[in-house]
Amino acid sequence: MATIVKPYGDTLDDGKVQFSFSLPVADGPKAHEAARLLVESWGFHDCEVVHSQAMSEDFSFFVAYAKAGSGIDFDRVVADDAREGESMTMDEIDAFVRDKIGRKVVVVGACTGFDAHTVGIDAIMNMKGYNHHYGLERYAMIEAHNLGAQVSNERLVEYAAKVGADAILVSQVVTQKDVHIANMTQLIELLEARGERSRYVCVAGGPRLSNKLAVELGYDVGFGRGSYANDVATWVAKRLVEKTLAGR
Amino acid sequence: MRDKLGLSREKIDRARILAEKISAPILSFVGKHTTVTVERATLRLAGCDGADREGVPVPNLVVDQLAQAGRLEGGALDWYANALLREGCGTAELDAKIAAGLRVADLPLGDAGAARRKGEELAKAGLDRVAANRDRRDALLERWKGRNNDPLLYLIVATGNIHEDVKQARAAASRGADVIAVIRTTAQSLLDYVPYGATTEGFGGTYATQENFRIMRAALDEVSEREGRYIRLTNYASGLCMPEIAAMGALERLDMMLNDSMYGILFRDINPYRTFVDQNFSRMINAAAGIVINTGEDNYLTTSDAVEKAYTVLASQFLNERLALAAGLEPWQMGLGHAFEMDPTLEDGFLLELSQAQMAREIFPEHPLKYMPPTKFMSGDIFKGLAMDTMFNFVSKATEQGIHLLGMLTEAIHTPFMMDRHIAVDNAKYVMGNIASLADEIEFRADGIIVRRAHEVLDRTLAFLEEIEAKGLLDAIAEGLFADVKRPRDGGKGLEGLVAKGEEYWNPVERLLEERLGLAAPEAHPYDRRTTDHLGGAAAGRSETKGGF
Repeated sequence: MATIVKPYGDTLDDGKVQFSFSLPVADGPKAHEAARLLVESWGFHDCEVVHSQAMSEDFSFFVAYAKAGSGIDFDRVVADDAREGESMTMDEIDAFVRDKIGRKVVVVGACTGFDAHTVGIDAIMNMKGYNHHYGLERYAMIEAHNLGAQVSNERLVEYAAKVGADAILVSQVVTQKDVHIANMTQLIELLEARGERSRYVCVAGGPRLSNKLAVELGYDVGFGRGSYANDVATWVAKRLVEKTLAGR
Repeated sequence: MRDKLGLSREKIDRARILAEKISAPILSFVGKHTTVTVERATLRLAGCDGADREGVPVPNLVVDQLAQAGRLEGGALDWYANALLREGCGTAELDAKIAAGLRVADLPLGDAGAARRKGEELAKAGLDRVAANRDRRDALLERWKGRNNDPLLYLIVATGNIHEDVKQARAAASRGADVIAVIRTTAQSLLDYVPYGATTEGFGGTYATQENFRIMRAALDEVSEREGRYIRLTNYASGLCMPEIAAMGALERLDMMLNDSMYGILFRDINPYRTFVDQNFSRMINAAAGIVINTGEDNYLTTSDAVEKAYTVLASQFLNERLALAAGLEPWQMGLGHAFEMDPTLEDGFLLELSQAQMAREIFPEHPLKYMPPTKFMSGDIFKGLAMDTMFNFVSKATEQGIHLLGMLTEAIHTPFMMDRHIAVDNAKYVMGNIASLADEIEFRADGIIVRRAHEVLDRTLAFLEEIEAKGLLDAIAEGLFADVKRPRDGGKGLEGLVAKGEEYWNPVERLLEERLGLAAPEAHPYDRRTTDHLGGAAAGRSETKGGF
């Protein structure tokens, strides 16, 4: 039997949803009514606009509540997440690599293209890590090279070849106007042109990246919001072991 | 200002002396060098503008020709002035000819005296326009005295399209913002030219161009008039074109510019030598224009831990102050940066933030400190984010910061929506109004966490400055002492644009700037002139122009 779920406010299946948005019109009774009708036109009902305010002469701001018209069959939902179950901890990963690979795993990471945000790659690679998850530099069995931001794909590929990398990590934070897609595609094309694509595990990461998109663009995996160094390291280590087994 | 932390005056003075010693060899190098962008900025201030059909700016065409001919060590303005006399035309006409292919470097030199007189005349006209802009700003600040928020509320617009930016800036200003910053497109800091004309395409921001500056200035002047409150305009004198952007900002009456002495090195991998030369000239232009600079110490804390590395922020503030003084900036023009970036799960983290902000306030009493909101620990949880921004607003008002960059609850998600700014302004006005007099009311326990922490950070800063002084600043940067980033002195972008000044080097813009700013002539070292008691002397000069601060 299908399990239909709806948003829960204070009663099962009340479908209550909170909205906040702005409209490019002056605040007033007409704007207020427009906001209410707009929410209902999206399939919600019983909309109440609980707050409205002028943001400037010709912009208004609203907070509203309404009931969702539909629910979702939870049993039929498939998540797009590279993490399969629990990731290993840093110590477990080091032990896994020591045991199954027998040498340090070499990882090269960068935030590529014109993107100047090191925050993503640093969260995964820096010694300190992020939110109490140590970065790859701290791992005994990982040799981590963080090239920082605004690194060209060419330089990243040269560097990976130079240090004999097992995995390439690409961080993309700025996704305005889909600038990341062209940039991420170019890296894979570059590796393919050099006949080196199969040499590396290619990992893409960023707050607005999905595993699905990364795989579509030719990466082995993509990590989105809420991923930590041990998620990436678990995946990479396991994949390297699979690759070695397949290569035998 | 009341002393609440009981910091040692001797230690603070010692830190300033160390900063002066650390800066001395850098400034000595700076005095002997120019760069391609210093020369282009000089040309721009002398009236050179425009671009060729491919979009290459005329100042780049001139400087590239001279660089190819190995003539840049003499300075570019000589050749430009010579071309004006040779062609017998004005700057606009000459610029059009250069854009069409005229080679300034190939024109035979005529009467040297006449060319120099022409160059002097152009330099004077350019700097007079800058001075007139400064007078106009002072007059507007006087007219609307007391109408701005305290601290100044600073908001960013970043659509990529200058016309869209104008709409958002108008809305932000009418909601209560005092400062509008047009954030730049991510690619711009590494361009060794400044794009020309109005632009409508950018990634994560809008190109800084002179025309975009003019468009936004006109829009904000209109809003200022309507609101009866002066709305300041900010842009970024950073990257490979620091001095040129400073020049454009001075010509179009920008009021603040991001300008950090080491940001380009650490965060954009621009060559250290290039950066130090560029920052000095750009800051001289900022100084003459009466612009308030904003330094970038907040960036350290996005890569390093804000609790552990708090001393690097204070050390950098001392260095930024010293290098700013050497470029003629006065304390009221120094928006020294720092940020509210500690891990929110830390017990008593708020006390440490309060301590850091109060410490900066007491050590730099006349400086309009630029306080940056949380970014690193902001997440998709916008409700938690709003709570963090509220705490930040509280610290800012309770410690009397000068320039308050409003935190956005959607910091970790997207460039701000119109409503995100609205919520941010509302929050700040609520908190700051609600605790308006708190700074006057509170004192701290002499043996409490807040006071002890400030003393500890000052002590560590002194030890750190001693270490830098022993190593030399360039080696300290190469070893990763700032922001955990290592930048070797010969590495990074833009080194090829560095030129040793020749015997014949001639730059009337530089000379006039030095004269008007009361800096020493290039033969002597500019840093020798000013002593560590600058807070008395240097500040006195134009304190009437402090305006809203």
